[in-house]
Amino acid sequence: MTEAISKLSQDSITAHHLNLWYGTDGKTSAADRGHHALKDINVEIPAHEITALIGPSGCGKSTFLKTLNRMNDLVPGVHIEGEVCFEGQNIFDKDLDTTWLRKQVGMVFQKANPFPMSIYDNVAYGPRTHGIRNRAELDEIVEKSLRDAAIWEEVKDRLKKSALGLSGGQQQRLCIARALANEPAVLLMDESTSALDPISTAKIEDLAVELKETYTVIMVTHNMQQAVRVSDKTAFFLLGELVEFGDTDQIFSVPKDKRTEEYITGRFG
Amino acid sequence: MEKTLHPNLSAPSSPTAPSAATQSGEGAQGGPKTKGAKDVLERFMHLLFLLCGIVAVAFVLCISVYLIISGLPAIQEIGLGKFLLGQTWAPTAADPSYGILPFLLTSVYGTAGAVLIGVPVGLMTAIYLAKVANPRMAAIIHTAVELLAGIPSVVYGLVGMIILVPGIQKAFGLSSGACLLAAILVLAIMILPSIISVSETALRAVPEDYEQASLALGATHLETVFRVTVPAARSGVATAIVLGVGRAIGEAMAIIMVAGNVANMPGLFQSVRFLTTAIASEMSYASVGSLQRNALFSIGLVLFLFIMLINVFLNVCIKRKKEA
Repeated sequence: MTEAISKLSQDSITAHHLNLWYGTDGKTSAADRGHHALKDINVEIPAHEITALIGPSGCGKSTFLKTLNRMNDLVPGVHIEGEVCFEGQNIFDKDLDTTWLRKQVGMVFQKANPFPMSIYDNVAYGPRTHGIRNRAELDEIVEKSLRDAAIWEEVKDRLKKSALGLSGGQQQRLCIARALANEPAVLLMDESTSALDPISTAKIEDLAVELKETYTVIMVTHNMQQAVRVSDKTAFFLLGELVEFGDTDQIFSVPKDKRTEEYITGRFG
Repeated sequence: MEKTLHPNLSAPSSPTAPSAATQSGEGAQGGPKTKGAKDVLERFMHLLFLLCGIVAVAFVLCISVYLIISGLPAIQEIGLGKFLLGQTWAPTAADPSYGILPFLLTSVYGTAGAVLIGVPVGLMTAIYLAKVANPRMAAIIHTAVELLAGIPSVVYGLVGMIILVPGIQKAFGLSSGACLLAAILVLAIMILPSIISVSETALRAVPEDYEQASLALGATHLETVFRVTVPAARSGVATAIVLGVGRAIGEAMAIIMVAGNVANMPGLFQSVRFLTTAIASEMSYASVGSLQRNALFSIGLVLFLFIMLINVFLNVCIKRKKEA
């Protein structure tokens, strides 16, 4: 039991005094820090649960999500302070290998973005990047990932065909399979169902629920019903602040903060 | 039947006198007068654009027909086999022979060599400009590449003659440095600008989504460029190669100055003559109506067909790859 708990807390992601600015142009004096997009975020996101990040547009949800696999590094002029601990490491550590981090923390984007190559090569991209060359081993990973992403039956006869021939919902599940092929610990989903039809959305929601057995899932969503349906924990962001974090049931029934209540009852946002 | 009787529908279907019909019709119905005036202008501009388009077509046809008419007699007289596969070009000898195989092979080898050097260098430069360089460095290189594109080919030839030819002579201990290698190097540099700018455009057009996905999977920046960006831009890169081949095979002025201009079978350190330079260097000496002069026209025809063939072949390859 104690072992299980320590395993859980080890897999969790913890942010301490996380601050992020956009458009700093390398200046670090407080006055020139540009847009303060994340303000002193402190949170512990539990492992093997689904955490939904909700809030109005431009309030830091996606920014927070992209901080977790350091995709924000690619934005010019970004400046980050504070720390995020994952597997006992501060992910902003200078020595940290981002390729390792991104293997551990997979990501599915808002818009399905399969590579313009075959379905097989899409899924095998991650493992190949991380040094797996053995054909049989790759075959096995590809099949397992596609099965886990609930798309194997639909594509098993056309693995060599271009991934761009799939429908939008299939492409998004393929992207999930591609992320799973890296065997990550955490899966980040950035509004991954917002461009999909209701049936595809339902499939991906079901998938997320199944995946939390094995993975920690963190999803940004604009759809509050989705947050209620799928997530265990909910974090409410407003103007770069983490206003409230707690059990989804509690947030949506008896929110502690007045702003949360106003948002979930649709009074702004 | 009823449809054709309707005035509004029948007017556009009779293009022989369209403007007059619609104009008078509208005038009679009391429609807005400005519309009629605009309509005439539209039609006039259409015609103007069409005329401009026809000019290009007409010139292609003109050139093709002229080349065929003036190129065929000599080929008939010499014999196609002897002309294309003959290894000696000696039009002014007592027993003249008109074999253009040396020129053909030189053009093929020269172009292939230039592409072999120019494409990797150009592609790497394009990758650097589009994906690696910081904006300031990219601006400097951009300017240099644009200048390179603007340098007249005779200047390339001059510089090649002054620097490259003596350099090759010294480096390899030859009696003369004017050879195929010098021509290949000059051509490789000459095709760089088009290869760089076309492949850079193609690389920049690759959606950022692909690269983000690759990076999020833990690939490094360069892995992403080579495994995702370049493959995604391959049709643009292929177009760049086609342009490079076209430019290299058609160039005459620069290489006439560095290739030695002797009708030898090609070798890297041989003085050679290309299809283009053969025409350019002999035309002023060949007397009007002579077989030599006609044979030069035939070389022009061969060069023309050759370029057409390469373009069609490469375009088919690109299309097939795109569809696959």
